[in-house]
Amino acid sequence: MAMAVVVVARSRNLFTVVVLMGIYSFLMATVLVALDAVDVAMTEASVGAGVSTVLLLGALHLCKSEETKPLRKPWLPLAVSASAVGMLVFGTLDLPAFSDPTAPIHTHVVPRYLNEAMRETGVPNVVTAVLASYRGYDTLGETTVVFTAGVGVIALLRRRRNTKQEKAK
Amino acid sequence: MSIASHFSYAVTVFLMVAGLFIVIARGNLIKKMVGLAIFQTSVYLLYIAPGKLVGGTAPIIDDRFAIYSNPLPHVLILTAIVVGVATLALGLALVVRIREAYDTIEEDDILARDADAGRDDGQSG
Amino acid sequence: MRHDLVLRVIAKLLIPFILLFALYVQFHGDFGPGGGFQAGVIVAAAIIFYALIYGVEAARRAMPDSLVEIMLAGGVLIYAGVGLVGLGLGGNYLDYFVLDTDPVQGQHRGIFWVEIGVAVTVSGVMLKIFYMFASRGRDPE
Repeated sequence: MAMAVVVVARSRNLFTVVVLMGIYSFLMATVLVALDAVDVAMTEASVGAGVSTVLLLGALHLCKSEETKPLRKPWLPLAVSASAVGMLVFGTLDLPAFSDPTAPIHTHVVPRYLNEAMRETGVPNVVTAVLASYRGYDTLGETTVVFTAGVGVIALLRRRRNTKQEKAK
Repeated sequence: MSIASHFSYAVTVFLMVAGLFIVIARGNLIKKMVGLAIFQTSVYLLYIAPGKLVGGTAPIIDDRFAIYSNPLPHVLILTAIVVGVATLALGLALVVRIREAYDTIEEDDILARDADAGRDDGQSG
Repeated sequence: MRHDLVLRVIAKLLIPFILLFALYVQFHGDFGPGGGFQAGVIVAAAIIFYALIYGVEAARRAMPDSLVEIMLAGGVLIYAGVGLVGLGLGGNYLDYFVLDTDPVQGQHRGIFWVEIGVAVTVSGVMLKIFYMFASRGRDPE
């Protein structure tokens, strides 16, 4: 995955970039399965490697742009990135170690979800139970966000009939 | 605290900074959107990696298993992925409109064209 | 075009199975990985696949713009409607246990309808965005 990202950064051909993003999404989905996140992996594979690639290809075709410009020496962004690495590594040093059962995220509300989900909702998939029942408001908000994005794209890309009639006259 | 216990954070930091670098160092607008997508996927890793318990399984209740990985980050990231693709779609629609208005999607050219337009307006106004 | 033949045949064979798989993912979201989002995206992917092989016009005949726009808004309305039904039957907004005499069965019903609403909206949005992108380049500049 690191190699895919490095080539994406350095490549000038945009079609290469789009294909590599598809590969990157599939690799990310595999990593997510290894981390026991099966729902998320399915969503990432279908959304990241499917819809996202189609949208990027569509935008690429509409922009008719195949190559980016030659690179200047990016010293300032490299410096900013290096300092970001420093700050982030310093920040993550205190986070809980990998697979630590006493980490806070395992001890507050999750035991209740895991233990009570079968009894209260009768749905074995705890992620679906939490998404649709325990945290249903969040999912309503998310559906509204998706709807808004669709409306936004319609508003941005809809051709107005008036311009066609004006051009005909 | 060793390298092994914090390896997932190292991967997350690398992906995050790589995405950030692409956004700020590359002038092509579509590449910037791709960099943003990489940044978002690194955040997914950041949330899901700490939820994994070694020896656990996917959080689907079954009598054969006793330990489950944490389902709460999965829920949050599921929402985040779908919102991320919605953002990508809106951003790409904006890029298409910019292309039609400026006939280019390189940031330098767009800024130069705006500066020229500003100068012309200043001279004629 | 002869070299299109393999693609067309494979597409005709695969698309019904992809749609069937999307329905499977939708309804088995309770028992395995899956749920509304994944199913919606897979449905949209199947129809985009059809549009890529047979042309956007053919896909537009199969799934007209008006239907897609109704799906867009209808999913959110289904979701909000489930909440209002909960309100009408005596509970709070988006309460599922009032939807049936047995509260666990009520949860099942609520989750079922909510996931359908989500899948309908997500597939409608993805498809509409694809239609917008695909038809933009066709109009004369």
